[in-house]
Amino acid sequence: MADKPMIEMRAVGKWFGQFQVLKNVDLAVAQGEKIVLCGPSGSGKSTLVRLVNGLEPSQAGKVTVDGIELKNDPKTIEAVRSEVGMVFQSFNLFPHLTAMENLTLAPVWVRRLPKKDADALALQLLERVRIAEQAHKYPAQLSGGQQQRVAIARALAMKPKIMLFDEPTSALDPEMIKEVLDVMVELAAEGMTMVVVTHEMGFARTVADRVVFMDQGEIVESAAPKTFFEAPRTERARLFLSQILGH
Amino acid sequence: MRWVRENLFGNWASAIATLAILWLAWKLVPPFVQWALIDAVWVSPDSRPCRAEGAGACWALIAEKHRFILFGTYPFEHQWRPGLAILLLIALYVASALRRFWRPALALAWIGGLALIGLLMWGGTAGLAYVENERWGGLALTLLLATFGIAFAFPLSILLALGRRSKLPAVRALSVLWIELVRGVPLISLLFMASVMLPLFLPEGVNIDKLLRALLAMIVFAAAYLAEVVRGGLQAIPHGQGEAADALGLPYWRKTLLVILPQALRISIPPLVNTFIAFFKDTSLVVIIGLFDLLTSIKVALGEPAWSGFGVEAYLFAALVYFAFCFAMSRYSQDLERELERGHARTERGV
Repeated sequence: MADKPMIEMRAVGKWFGQFQVLKNVDLAVAQGEKIVLCGPSGSGKSTLVRLVNGLEPSQAGKVTVDGIELKNDPKTIEAVRSEVGMVFQSFNLFPHLTAMENLTLAPVWVRRLPKKDADALALQLLERVRIAEQAHKYPAQLSGGQQQRVAIARALAMKPKIMLFDEPTSALDPEMIKEVLDVMVELAAEGMTMVVVTHEMGFARTVADRVVFMDQGEIVESAAPKTFFEAPRTERARLFLSQILGH
Repeated sequence: MRWVRENLFGNWASAIATLAILWLAWKLVPPFVQWALIDAVWVSPDSRPCRAEGAGACWALIAEKHRFILFGTYPFEHQWRPGLAILLLIALYVASALRRFWRPALALAWIGGLALIGLLMWGGTAGLAYVENERWGGLALTLLLATFGIAFAFPLSILLALGRRSKLPAVRALSVLWIELVRGVPLISLLFMASVMLPLFLPEGVNIDKLLRALLAMIVFAAAYLAEVVRGGLQAIPHGQGEAADALGLPYWRKTLLVILPQALRISIPPLVNTFIAFFKDTSLVVIIGLFDLLTSIKVALGEPAWSGFGVEAYLFAALVYFAFCFAMSRYSQDLERELERGHARTERGV
């Protein structure tokens, strides 16, 4: 942990109009660390994740990713984005491209990888998420779980150092959640730095190094999963846990 | 029989509607066939047989005047040149419509084809006599205006639509200004402005010819309309698509060309083709600045006393020509839609 953190946020603030979504947020994520972000809806966790790859700009404080400070110019933002993979709640696969083409698009057009190498890489990644046999199908022909696995593979095709997950299983039917989580667990085991917004507490328990609990734009608690689940320090966290674990 | 009973006479209202339509058809169709086919005068060097008692449609007018209608005032002995140009254009349309020709060579074919058409129409070299474009006319002019108009207006409209959604205030303001100003004005007044006012503003000695001015006005006009159609398509693309492309590090133009536009244009096909068809027919408005398009040629042909009074036949013919092109566009767009729909439809779900 003595290394420089992969992601560092200092006193970050963000407003949507008059409404302050993030208040004075400090967070450091070390290389290889897996963070699970949780909290009630509207607590700012998605916004926090989207700050990391510049999908949302911050209005106060400083965000540094792999030594690059995010400023409001396209060059640094693009530099950071090619290091950071992101997986969305609604998959956001490109519907006019096949699974394979979804994976090769960015490596070819951003990394300038030759088409042949990009294809080989794509196939290897699709195999890794166990969906190689669907390589030439279009997203609409795949189930939700399959689409999300393709989306994970698409992000990995850029060989990112950090992976962000914004509620990756919230849009899935229950029977498909596991196949996506399995892929994420494997990825974690390989040492990827991960920031995951999720309510899958089982995943948090087994994979996370740290659980960060947010409420109303603030980081309320940040602790190892065992500590957080068994002895939350704050009333807000206790209330939240009782709500999501209560049913 | 069962189909007839169920669908045409299913209930009282539907039975009455069916009978009314049958009665109308009985009243209208046979007399039209009688007039248009059975009693028609097909060939005649002048209009005398057409004026005879009981004569039907005077198609002889078309037979006699078709060269003028198709080629306008283009010198008679050189009319094979616009004829060939029309065939070339149609060949290019057909080649562009077939997906198996969609490769870079097609762009070269267009450039070569248009150069050849220019050579044919203007002449001046290769043993062809020079024909100034004031004398171009008829169907050749209509097709040229429509082709060049759409070819320039469409890419321009995409830029305008993107500009209107741009984060750069100057680009956005300019796009909005163009679209709103041009859309708020009838095409006729734009053509007038291009033909009458534009020369006043140009410096002494600079002279853009009438045809080019008309074409410019039409491009400016069509681009504004098409831009809103394209913008409609852009609006329909979920926000997440752009975000996913951003997250992968695709810069703006690559994101736009590879992710956003292919989807936006696909869903815009029906309104795009709608606008193309309207534009094709709007080319007939160049009449007001004295260009001889298909429709004007017909009007002039009818102005001859010998053939006056047979407007119905002439305009039916014009309608048929316009219809042929517009219907082809419409059918093609439907086929294209169906083709692009594959892969998007949830036809087979993966296991």
